[in-house]
Amino acid sequence: MAGYILRRLVSTIAVMVMVGIFVFLLLRLAPGDPAAMIAGRSATEEMIAGIREQLGLNDPMPVQFMHWVGDMLAGDFGTSILAGRPVLELLSQRLEPTLSLAILTMILAVTIGVSFGVLAAWRAGGFVDRILTGFSALGYSVPVFVIGFFLIYFFAVRTHWLPVQGYVPMSNGIALWFMHLILPTVTLGLGFIAFIARVTRASMLEVLSEDYMRTAVAKGASSYAMLFHHALKNAGVPILTVVGISFAYLIGGVVITETVFNLPGIGRLVVDAINNRDYPIIQSVLILTSGLYVLINLTVDLTYMLIDPRIRY
Amino acid sequence: MQMHNTIRDEVLLDVRSLETHFYGEESVTHALGGISFQIMKGETVGVVGESGCGKSVTALSILRLLPKLTARTVGGEVRFHGQDLLKLSEQEMRKIRGGKIAMIFQDPMTSLNPVYTVGHQIAEAIQIHTGVSRSSALTEAEEMLRFVRIADPERRVSNYPYEMSGGMRQRVMIAMALACSPELLIADEPTTALDVTIQAQILRLIVDLKERTGTAVMFITHDLGVVAETCQRVIVMYAGRIVEQASVMDLFARPMHPYTQALMHSVPDRRRGRQSRLPEIPGIVPNLRDPIIGCSFAPRCPFAIDICREKTPVLRDIESGHAAACWRSEEIVCA
Ligand SMILES: Nc1ncnc2c1ncn2[C@@H]1O[C@H](COP(=O)(O)OP(=O)(O)OP(=O)(O)O)[C@@H](O)[C@H]1O
Ligand code: SF4
Ligand SMILES: [Mg+2]
Repeated sequence: MAGYILRRLVSTIAVMVMVGIFVFLLLRLAPGDPAAMIAGRSATEEMIAGIREQLGLNDPMPVQFMHWVGDMLAGDFGTSILAGRPVLELLSQRLEPTLSLAILTMILAVTIGVSFGVLAAWRAGGFVDRILTGFSALGYSVPVFVIGFFLIYFFAVRTHWLPVQGYVPMSNGIALWFMHLILPTVTLGLGFIAFIARVTRASMLEVLSEDYMRTAVAKGASSYAMLFHHALKNAGVPILTVVGISFAYLIGGVVITETVFNLPGIGRLVVDAINNRDYPIIQSVLILTSGLYVLINLTVDLTYMLIDPRIRY
Repeated sequence: MQMHNTIRDEVLLDVRSLETHFYGEESVTHALGGISFQIMKGETVGVVGESGCGKSVTALSILRLLPKLTARTVGGEVRFHGQDLLKLSEQEMRKIRGGKIAMIFQDPMTSLNPVYTVGHQIAEAIQIHTGVSRSSALTEAEEMLRFVRIADPERRVSNYPYEMSGGMRQRVMIAMALACSPELLIADEPTTALDVTIQAQILRLIVDLKERTGTAVMFITHDLGVVAETCQRVIVMYAGRIVEQASVMDLFARPMHPYTQALMHSVPDRRRGRQSRLPEIPGIVPNLRDPIIGCSFAPRCPFAIDICREKTPVLRDIESGHAAACWRSEEIVCA
C-alpha cells in the first residue's frame, strides 16, 4: 500500500516533468515573438531586445527551462505580459467562477447521473429507463453550446426566469450567485449526467443479478438498501472511473461554457491569453490543469481500494 | 410417537395448491403445477427430486423471491401461522424474510456481498429485524459466528468474504439466517457446492443448531442419503408436482411411487462430491411448457398402463401419513 503510493508519486512526478518540457517547448517553438507583443506595434528594435534580455529569452533553452521550473516550485508562475501582474494573482481572481461552475457541475452530474442510472437499472425497460435512453442520446450528440443557447433562449430570454449571462460573486449573496450558475451548470452537466447514468445503469444491471442481491432480499432488506447499499458499492468501480474521466472532460467544457455564458473565469482568461500570446498565463494554466488532472487520477485509483476491499496494489 | 403428536398440533407452514409460472418470449413454463404440503413447528422436511423439478421455485415462491419480470405465482396460498403470505404487502413481507423465515442458498461463494465484512452483513440482518444499534448488532454478529463454530470469531467478524473458505462462508450464511431466530429455515442445497468433508460438517452443524433452536427446516437436496440423516419427513417432487410424501422411515421402508423407487435404486455416489446429482433414471423429463396429459412420469415409468397416459393421478393418502400420486401405488408397494 505505502509502496504503491510511493510508486504512484514517483510516476506522477515523471509525468509532470514531461508535461513541463512539452509545455515549455510548445510555446518557445510556436511562431510569434512575445517580446515584440509586449513592446507593442510602435516599438523599436532596441526596446524589443531590451525586453528579450529582461525576460531571459536570450539564454540557452535548458537554462530558461530550469529557471522556469525553479520559479514555479517557489510559487512564482511569472508575470502576465499583457496585464503586467503576477499570473497567480490573475488566476486567483478568476478562480471563483470557474471553481463554482466545476464543483456545481460535478455535484449535479454525480447525484443526478448516479440516481438516474440506479433507477433505470432497477426498473430496466420501464419508464425511467426509456427516458434515460432518449435523454442520453440527446446529451451525447448535441454540443454544449447548442444546449446552452437553447436553454438561454427558453429560460432567460423568453421567460425571464433566470439571468441570461454573467456572474455574481458569492459574497454578493448566495441566492444571486446560484441563480446565475443554474443555466451554465445544467448546460455543462447534461452530457456528464448522461455519461454517468449510462455507465451506472450498465454496472448496476450486472450487480443486481448477482446471488448476493437475492441474499439481501432474503434477509429483509428494503429496496432502498438493496439499491444504494448492497448494489451501488459493488457497481462503484466503473462509476468512479467515469466520474474521473468526466473531471478531465470538464476542464475543456468549462472553457466553452464560460464563453457562452460570459463568466469571468479561468477559461475566459486562457482564451484571451491565447489570442494575445500571453505565454506565462498559458503555460501556468497548462501546468496547473495537468497537475490537477494527475491528482484526480491518483485520487480515483486510491479510492478504488475504499470501494472494493479486494483491490490491493 | 410422542413427537408426532406435538407436531400434528401446530402447523407452521401450510402451502395449498401453489402454482408458479415463468413467462418466456412465446411460452409459459408451468414450474409449479399446484403443490400442497405442510411443515409443522420444529419439523425438518426434506424436499428431493431431479434438477429442474421445482424445488428452488417452491422455496422462492414461499418467500416471494422470484424474478419479478419473468415469474409469477398465479394461484394457491402460502399460509404461515394461518396468514397467507401471498396476500401481504411488500413491506409486511420484508418483516417475514430473514425474521420469521430465513433462507440459505446453494453457493456460498457468491451469496455474500463481496464489499462488506461478514460481521457487517450479519449485523445488517439483526438491525433490520430488531432495530438495535450498529455496535450491539456487531457484538451479536460475533456471537453468531461463535454459534456456528467459526474459530477466532473476534477476528473473523471483520473479515471480508474473499478472506474465507467456502465452508466458512456457508457457516456465515447460516449465522446470518439464524441471527433473528427464525421459525422456519429454508436450506436450498446448502452443501452441494462444497467439498465432501466440508459437506458433512455443514450438515452436522445444521442438524445440531436446528435441535438447539427448535427451528423448523425445509431441506432441499438432491441426495436421499442426506434426507435420511437429517429429516423427519420427505416430499418427493417430479416435474413441478409432489409425487410422494411420507415420514422418512415410511418412505425408505416402502416407497409408493415408481419415481421414488427409481431414486432409491440408484443412490448417488457421495464420494464424487459436488458432482453428486440424483441418479440417472432413463427417459426424458417432460417439457413443462406443454400441458401434461396423464401422469407426467409415464414416459419413464416401468409400470405405466393405459390409464396413466390418459388421466393425471392426484396425490392421495395410500396409508395414514403416506401419500403418493400414482394409479398403481397399492399394487407397487405390495410387489
Ligand atoms: N429463472 C428462470 N427462468 C425461467 N424458467 C425457470 C427459471 N428458474 C426456474 N425455471 C423453471 O422452473 C423449473 C424448476 O426450476 P427449479 O430451479 O425449481 O429446479 P430445482 O428443482 O431447484 O433444480 P436444481 O436441483 O437444479 O436446483 C425449471 O425446470 C425451469 O423450467
Ligand atoms: S401413475 Fe402410472 S405412470 Fe404414473 S407413476 Fe404410477 S404407474 Fe407410473
Ligand atoms: Mg434448485
